Amino acid sequence: MLARIRALAQTLLIPLLSIFTALLVGSLMILLAGRDPIAAYEALLEGALLEPRGLVQSLLKTTPLILAGLAVGFAFKGGLFNIGAQGQLIMGSVVAAWVGSATMFHGLPIWLHITLGFASGALAGAIWGGIPGALKAYSGAHEVITTIMFNFIAGRIAEWLISNGSADGRIPPGPLSDPNSGALARSPMVEETARLPIIYRYPPSSDLNVGIFIAVAVAVLILLLLNRTTFGFELRMVGLNPNAARYAGINVKRQTILTMAIAGALAGTAGVIQTLGVNGFYEANQSLSLGFDSITVSLLAANHPIGIIFSAFLFGAMEQGATRMQLTGAAVELTVVIQALILMFIAAPQIIRYLYRIGDAGGSGQTFSSGWGQR
Amino acid sequence: MNDLLHWVVVLNWAAVFATLSATIRQAIPITLGSMSGISSERSGIVNIGIEGMMLMSAFSGYMMNVYLSSLDIGMADTTRLLLSVAVGILTGGLLGLLHAVLCIQYKVDHIISGTVINLLAVGITGYFYDATAETKGKIPNLIKNPWKGDHYLKDVGVVLFDKDIITYLTFIIVAVMTFWLFNTTWGLRTRSIGENPRAADTLGINVYRLQYTNLFLSGALAGLAGVYLTLADVGVFERGMTAGKGFIALAVMIFGKWHPMGALGGALLFGFLTALQNQLQFFGVNMPHQLVSLLPYVVTVVVLAGFVGQARPPAHVGQAYETEGH
Repeated sequence: MLARIRALAQTLLIPLLSIFTALLVGSLMILLAGRDPIAAYEALLEGALLEPRGLVQSLLKTTPLILAGLAVGFAFKGGLFNIGAQGQLIMGSVVAAWVGSATMFHGLPIWLHITLGFASGALAGAIWGGIPGALKAYSGAHEVITTIMFNFIAGRIAEWLISNGSADGRIPPGPLSDPNSGALARSPMVEETARLPIIYRYPPSSDLNVGIFIAVAVAVLILLLLNRTTFGFELRMVGLNPNAARYAGINVKRQTILTMAIAGALAGTAGVIQTLGVNGFYEANQSLSLGFDSITVSLLAANHPIGIIFSAFLFGAMEQGATRMQLTGAAVELTVVIQALILMFIAAPQIIRYLYRIGDAGGSGQTFSSGWGQR
Repeated sequence: MNDLLHWVVVLNWAAVFATLSATIRQAIPITLGSMSGISSERSGIVNIGIEGMMLMSAFSGYMMNVYLSSLDIGMADTTRLLLSVAVGILTGGLLGLLHAVLCIQYKVDHIISGTVINLLAVGITGYFYDATAETKGKIPNLIKNPWKGDHYLKDVGVVLFDKDIITYLTFIIVAVMTFWLFNTTWGLRTRSIGENPRAADTLGINVYRLQYTNLFLSGALAGLAGVYLTLADVGVFERGMTAGKGFIALAVMIFGKWHPMGALGGALLFGFLTALQNQLQFFGVNMPHQLVSLLPYVVTVVVLAGFVGQARPPAHVGQAYETEGH
């Protein structure tokens, strides 16, 4: 028992010291801007965790980060670099907005309407991830480029869908625009039957929906899928060495498409929760930084599904607390610097070992991605 | 659609020249970014931090210009701008070295190290961003189109002769990089450590030193792309102003199969499509502008999937290399 505790302390030591050191560097930056670091961090902590509204908002911000983080991490396990979580999330979000508000789905029972929303949003994400997967498998077009392009394409298509058209009427409004939203471009409010159940209300506007539990459950499912199924084994094998996998008789092309499609479905689900759980509609740029934050979230957790839950919470809480910290005069971007430093220290533990004179436990240099490797 | 046909049939020469001019303007930062990528990846190190290097240099170069403009010492415009450009290039170079230290010394996964740089850039530039900063002018003011007024060379002059120094420098850099990679010892060694560092090491090439040098070069090139944005193109710094250009540069690099000339071609194609969609919107084609703006992205995917085929990266790119005891 004691040995296990010591082992756990050993594994947590570096991450904790990394976070501590990053905060220390951050406080230097606060001093550099002529503000008080203690007051800033106090506000960060208070705004993120120590009051009900902050905690609810932190959890709401954590939810899409878990799912989009999984979308990146899952693809990494299969040797693919999915930069496209952004676009897949947008597609899931906008399709859920359509299912939630379209007249043809009015009057559905709650369970059916929500299930339909999730199914179609995940499918949209899966298609948006699957196409780059198929392009990779059959034409060799690199997924890093295609997913970035697909991010731009998804963003613009969604913008068009909700656009108000031109003032002179020559360009009609987009098919999913809300005629009652005035100058704001957004989709119509989804029906009550499509809204995710609320489990905790904190008036006036902080309602915690069931999304966070869905995200955690999905993370556990992904862990089981990766480690307890033949599919997961084959996926990891393709990720480690596509050539060896091919010789072992694995259909690498099919595996590539499926990996990207599932990753896309995960990000799409994040989008569904944003629409049906948090906003109730789709608006442009609602999740602008999520796509790239999700890469950091996944890398920070070494792409481990359960680790992603915690790193997503760290990011979600910091993002929420930053809005409070801003009141003390420290700009919100400080949290991004801190996140970058945490990631750097965890990825290069020798720096931390050197700073705190900790002996080397041996082993370093993980490679998560296989560069631009072919299949 | 009729408008589009009309636009094509009744060739509007002013529009054609405007499009060509904008093509070059759009292509420059992407070209420089892809040269940055080539310098890094040919020596075996994946660099997805180009975006961050560009952003940080765009900021530092601009802030240097702001600072020098605020001094009242009668400094010449040329001196001030050259100093600012130098600061931007140096910023990029230092970030390149940071990437090298993380990847080589600490064996950090290259993708992670690049992500760290991208995050640092977004964070630091956003944190120190000053919306009230003012400068005394930018680089293009230094060169003037020699043909003014109604001269028939006016339009051609705008395309070819009304550009800033960095634009001309970019084309020279592409030529020099091509020569460097394929006709010099340094270039040959660079390619060899990207393909098989063990073999190169055995032949007595100092793999790490070469990687450090090339990563500094890579950062400096990304830095030049960054200062182009603030000091030559836009004229001010805006939060997140690189807007994915660093990643598009990577796309263009792969598109050009890690060859400087190929990358330049890719950048010009992308620049042309971006310029074209801007022109189409400007001339009032009756389509939602969001859909018109898809053009460069869709064409990039189609060309990549349909015509370029399997891109073959340097064989050892993205993997840590460990020398056998010295």
